[in-house]
Amino acid sequence: MQVLVSQSGPAIVLGVSGRIDHANSEEFKTAFLSPLEKAVEASTPVIINLEGLEYISSAGLRVLMIASKTAKAKGGKLFLAGWSPVVKEIFTISRFNLVFDCSDTLAEALGKVAK
Amino acid sequence: MKVTFWGTRGSIPVSLDFKNVRRKVAGALLKASGRTFENADAVEAFIDSELTFPEYGSFGGNTSCVEIDAASPEFLLCDLGSGVRPFGMSVLARHGMAPQTYHVLMSHLHWDHVMGFPFLVPAYVPGNVIHIYGCHDDLEKTFRRQQRGPNFPVEFNHLAAKIHFHQMVPGEARVICGCRVTPILQIHGNDSYGYRVEKEGKVVVYSTDSEHKLGNPSEIERFSDFFRDADLVIFDSQYSLAETVMMKEDWGHSSNVVGVELCQLAKAKRLALFHHDPLHDDFRIQALLEETRRLEEITRPDAPLEVIAAYDGLTVEL
Repeated sequence: MQVLVSQSGPAIVLGVSGRIDHANSEEFKTAFLSPLEKAVEASTPVIINLEGLEYISSAGLRVLMIASKTAKAKGGKLFLAGWSPVVKEIFTISRFNLVFDCSDTLAEALGKVAK
Repeated sequence: MKVTFWGTRGSIPVSLDFKNVRRKVAGALLKASGRTFENADAVEAFIDSELTFPEYGSFGGNTSCVEIDAASPEFLLCDLGSGVRPFGMSVLARHGMAPQTYHVLMSHLHWDHVMGFPFLVPAYVPGNVIHIYGCHDDLEKTFRRQQRGPNFPVEFNHLAAKIHFHQMVPGEARVICGCRVTPILQIHGNDSYGYRVEKEGKVVVYSTDSEHKLGNPSEIERFSDFFRDADLVIFDSQYSLAETVMMKEDWGHSSNVVGVELCQLAKAKRLALFHHDPLHDDFRIQALLEETRRLEEITRPDAPLEVIAAYDGLTVEL
């Protein structure tokens, strides 16, 4: 599991790759929430890029939920982008696709940020 | 070992209304249009081969009651929801008024899990013995309180069967009906308890009304250990995962996603989705079952996990 932070236009992009399961979800939480909170504090839109994510468990989805609540509490905007077919199915079955603004590609999400 | 589900619904009993019956009839007629059926056998064959379960059947609407048949002359049940009423009627149909002994493991004392007891006809039959087991202090008080005026016309004291209450302790196994039974504390309002029931190498886990806090790795480990190598895990999947971490957080229930994950970690063989949301009709539950099977397929680590959705009247042979 890896979290890479980059800037793309007006947005901070948190690139999540690898597998997130119950064994490393706390590690994911630590790596992920700190840059997210900084971006939200600075009123910067955040895109969570899932292109490299192979699998995410319920514990990993919970971390994304915490991110969503954190952003919402500070009036921030969170976008998800670039899920693989398997990850997209996991989001759909868990109904997390109804919770996040999801785009099939990073470019699509960047387009939403620009609006 | 055989498991029969007498009540699989959560929170409150539901019934099939006329709109849903009409929907099923219309769907079946549409599928049969243009066909002719020579006899009843031909109709049955058509139903079996061409109609889906929600089209010809129903998951039912009684609340939690599960029978574990471990080849004992005595009966072993989990919970006393409204499903215990048809259970009791079936015992009378099979055995008449011959004295029987019943053992009941109580997950907790919320209304949907105790409401069937005043309607358990064998409780009114002299000679019957009923042992009720649970980890809550106020086990007996709960049953007495729900069965007295003005809420019920027949007082608990007037039941003809001999009724005994037994306190269990989480983690401490005891032998009931020839099975080794171990309770586990679960997260739910006023606490709930799951039960691991083992006999001659067969394991059934009854884990309903249990919320799983996903941020706690030790909890995941505790439950995957409890479910370890089970032949059947009966699991509360009332809500979606998103619901359990958002608007229904702390409501004390779980999801199909967590059920699959815990069973995969535990290398359990079969998962039964249970405690169905009263808002879900038969088609919805069937869709959830298919999604859960798909989730299992795409996340399978090694051996497949069989996924079923429990329905009232289903018997599973282990």
